[in-house]
Amino acid sequence: MSTQQLIESINEAQLKTDLPRFDVGDTINVHVRIVEGAKERIQVFQGVLISRKGRGINEMIIVRRIVDDQGVERTWPINSPLIAKFEVVRRADARRAKLYFLRDRVGKSRRLRDRRRGMKHVEGQKTVH
Amino acid sequence: MAAKKTTSQDGPMLLGRKLGMTRVFNDDGVSVPVTVLEVGPCVVTQVRTAETDGYDAVQIGYDEIKPRNSTIPQIAHDHKAGTTPKRFHREFRLAEAGGYDLGQTIDASALASILFVDVAGTSKGKGFAGGMKRHGFKGKEATHGVERKHRSPGSIGGHATNAGTGGGIKKGKKMAGHMGDERVTMRSLEVVRVDADRNIVLVKGPVPGANGGMVEVRPSVRLYKSKAAKVAAAGA
Repeated sequence: MSTQQLIESINEAQLKTDLPRFDVGDTINVHVRIVEGAKERIQVFQGVLISRKGRGINEMIIVRRIVDDQGVERTWPINSPLIAKFEVVRRADARRAKLYFLRDRVGKSRRLRDRRRGMKHVEGQKTVH
Repeated sequence: MAAKKTTSQDGPMLLGRKLGMTRVFNDDGVSVPVTVLEVGPCVVTQVRTAETDGYDAVQIGYDEIKPRNSTIPQIAHDHKAGTTPKRFHREFRLAEAGGYDLGQTIDASALASILFVDVAGTSKGKGFAGGMKRHGFKGKEATHGVERKHRSPGSIGGHATNAGTGGGIKKGKKMAGHMGDERVTMRSLEVVRVDADRNIVLVKGPVPGANGGMVEVRPSVRLYKSKAAKVAAAGA
């Protein structure tokens, strides 16, 4: 076994296998585990995925949402055990790999165009042709 | 025999290789940067005792080497321990070396119950490096009239400073020179995981040297209070 394969085998055990398919531009719900003392609860962070980079165990996402007219961005490793679940709320058509331009947008111009194809895999979503 | 002496300690030292770095998530979900080390299997090639050598120590060999790449005295030395030629040989001191037998194998399972280790390796060579890189000097301003001396070390002292009597520069004055490619020990690294089947050990944080470089791994000899408390708690 090569060195690289060996390190990958260490990483593999930590990779999530149940990730839904989502891309940059999609609005997603991130279910975050919050541990307070002995208690654990789930907090949902809903926002637009503006960046997805890295691969394997190092894959990171940035999710942006607007709270009280203030932009809030959170960054997570996609395989973090602190994230219980991802849900895709809405698929959108992004023409960029990174949507950093949304940071400068205000009001209605923050909206992204709906994705016209490939809606089938979002449960409960109507397929638009 | 290029055996190196180390200070007396409780547990065995092992030889291994640095394989690379990755991250693991611990029980709290926190990402921990880890270095993957292949540790052992090492073979005891010589047992030194106070009667024969004046001190107690164990010499270990690690990594297979083709006989034609080794030397005949070296091969014979390993043969005496009943093993194949080994590439690296190192020695670690013990208060009492009686517990080890010639030809005995030590592998990563020896570290299974150990919380903190010291890892020594040979750092990456940086060549001839200036004062800023080598000693963290600040250099000079980018502007305000500075010309061609932005990374210079500045004054190294006149002939009458630095000494009291007589001129000259004190020995050990920090200057530009060769950097890296020297023995560096990282102390008290947390052992994150031990995989005894594959002789793999994950330690927290970086380790000196390039991937593939030889490292010495031994139980920590000195610990900070907080880490010592963890060891005490685990032992109790």
